[in-house]
Amino acid sequence: MLKNLNKTTRSNIITYGIVIVAFVVMQGLAMAGAISNSLVGLLVPICAYICLTISLNLVVGISGELSLGHAGFMSVGAFCGLVVAACCRGIVGSDIVRLTIAILAAGAMAAVAGVIIGLPVMRLRGDYLAIVTLAFGEIIKNLLNNLYVGKDASGLHFSMESANSLGMQGGTILINGPQGATGIDKLSTFASGFVLILVTLTVVLNLINSRTGRAIMAVRDNRIAAESVGINVTKYRLIAFVVSAALAGMAGALYAMNYSSIVPKKFDFNTSILILVFVVLGGMGNIRGGIVSAALLTVLPELLRFIGDYRMLIYAIVLILVMILSNNAAFQSRLTSLREKVRRRSDDQAALAVDSQSGGASHE
Amino acid sequence: MFNHGVSRRSFIQLSGVAAAGIGLTACGGSGSSGNAGGSASAEGAIKIGGIGPITGAAAIYGTATKFGAQVAVDKINETEGKTVLELNWQDDEHDPEKSVNAYNTLKDWGMHVLVGTTTTAPCVAVSTETNADHVFQLTPSASSTDVIGGQADQDGNVTIPRKDNVFQMCFTDPNQGTASAKYIAEQKLGTKIAIIYNNADAYSTGIFRKFESEAKNLNLEIVSTTTFTDDSATDFTVQLNEAKSKAADLVFLPIYYTPASIILKQANQMGFAPKFFGVDGMDGILTVEGFDTKLAEGVMLLTPFVATATDENTKGFVEAYKKTANTEENPNQFAADAFDCVSAIWGAIKALNITSAMTTQEICDKLIETFASGTFTFSGLTGENMTWSATGEVTKDPKGMIIKNGVYEPMDAAK
Repeated sequence: MLKNLNKTTRSNIITYGIVIVAFVVMQGLAMAGAISNSLVGLLVPICAYICLTISLNLVVGISGELSLGHAGFMSVGAFCGLVVAACCRGIVGSDIVRLTIAILAAGAMAAVAGVIIGLPVMRLRGDYLAIVTLAFGEIIKNLLNNLYVGKDASGLHFSMESANSLGMQGGTILINGPQGATGIDKLSTFASGFVLILVTLTVVLNLINSRTGRAIMAVRDNRIAAESVGINVTKYRLIAFVVSAALAGMAGALYAMNYSSIVPKKFDFNTSILILVFVVLGGMGNIRGGIVSAALLTVLPELLRFIGDYRMLIYAIVLILVMILSNNAAFQSRLTSLREKVRRRSDDQAALAVDSQSGGASHE
Repeated sequence: MFNHGVSRRSFIQLSGVAAAGIGLTACGGSGSSGNAGGSASAEGAIKIGGIGPITGAAAIYGTATKFGAQVAVDKINETEGKTVLELNWQDDEHDPEKSVNAYNTLKDWGMHVLVGTTTTAPCVAVSTETNADHVFQLTPSASSTDVIGGQADQDGNVTIPRKDNVFQMCFTDPNQGTASAKYIAEQKLGTKIAIIYNNADAYSTGIFRKFESEAKNLNLEIVSTTTFTDDSATDFTVQLNEAKSKAADLVFLPIYYTPASIILKQANQMGFAPKFFGVDGMDGILTVEGFDTKLAEGVMLLTPFVATATDENTKGFVEAYKKTANTEENPNQFAADAFDCVSAIWGAIKALNITSAMTTQEICDKLIETFASGTFTFSGLTGENMTWSATGEVTKDPKGMIIKNGVYEPMDAAK
């Protein structure tokens, strides 16, 4: 059945299929109590990291820009999401609705941040985007370190000075500067994470396979050629950047609401690089590879806990091995020959199938 | 480029992912069967879990608490003549996410009581988990009020409700701020006070806020308040110049000792010699590599534990710690706090006849009742006759220390 579809659709269906099968298997095992608490606790962070990897892949792989501040957008979404969720406390009864509202608001807020950063930067050439996103990540962290948000009977209070200057009486402090947000309602579930992955996948895959996506890739491959056929370079780069920012914000909200407390310090340069590592190891522009690498590299350090401090070493060795092997000519040629063998066999089968049909199906 | 994996190897890829998934589950399954800690279980022993950073920037605190707890467990097992306590320490890299992961790993191991986590931000996240699972938790050194919850600020705002299963061995941040201000006022240590604190750090900010408001009550004059963040913790000339130009005679440093060592060095270079007053994070300043301990001469700090004290318990602990940790350095107060945590828990376990046959939740109920009763007292390395209140806070006397000839000396004696 798959063979009758065109290449991209088939590839996309397989990607969705992997995610859905993985979800069903893990959810089933978790419900049956067949997997450890440790792994159950990792499910939501894995979902968040997968969403972040897919969204960063849009900028790094598809649009061909280097973004070093993805954790910045994640933190905008995280803190926005938890404030919105806290505001809906008592107004919206259902947890799922509250989470959805929070995630959507987080996405919108991160998109706004993406537009603000992207508008001036996307007009520039060269490595400026990397520099500015790096700076943005640091700026947003420092802003959040000085942000105080509280809620009491009279509504929301904001301050950039101290918790005391919020002027609240008998309320709750939602964001307490460098002490971060505490007392977050843990709304995120594995199922909601799964839905967010599907949404992220749908948005990104459809964008890639659209007219807009082809324009974005044309700009990546040859900016001058793209300009010469009338593509608005700034516009298309900005679209990819803002969509990526919005999706990162949504993932940030999912991540934040999996923990009872988060601190701005968490969303530093290291987290940005971590997501970039997931993208690079999964293959730049390879959405499916990114999903697998994000999941495996999040689980790996936890599975290696039993060897103590050496797990850091093993983790690093795995990273280096993946990088070497994916660039190793001998390994590549062996992989290709294996691929060819499989291809030939399935081609034979396909030929047989075609012969057996009377009209002969059209080839791709 | 992105769709190079389209065609016929899809089946192989799919089966590869499936195999990886099965591998994962298998690993997870083996974790739940009890070897997550990598140590064989002794029959009937109470399982004590520990969490703290033993890698990363805050590793020194986690390592200290880990070995401090280990010393206590070894000592108790030796006294009892059999393995009655078992310790499994997990690394959290001072990251809330990793800390929750570490907690889940300990849950798989079958932990009965949690000693930890060492650092504040991860502890806030983990204490919510233990609260939901009803696991008794005694933290040696996570000092924020968010850890225990239920603490209102001056305006009566409560951020998180009280987590009834969480107790602290250390002072809360506000209590340290209050104690410092009182100590400075009572001992008349300074009239013009400058403060340098880390405004990107929960611990430092927490102490500073309370110190500031308490100083106002006590009519202490604060002439300069300057901040830094972890990213700018390498140069303090601006902050020190500000303090110097305002003629400060005492600089209050509610910060960890690494930046403090740089402050002391730079103050010395610019010929600025006020009194320096620190809190428990200052403990460790004498062990900084490449730091001239002469610069720390006359630095005052509040700490509950002094490794150079001459009582039998401290001497024995220091000796055992050096042996266990295989180090020449004296243990700091974090190690002593962790030692006291395990000892206090063991005291309660013995008094209540708690056995490993009970569920973690039953043990938790019994321990909460004991600790919250206010009548349970414990004397350890970090204080005599400590008691806990139902709020989770410990009651013990802070000790003022001054560094003289490269060692801590009780300040009252030095006067």
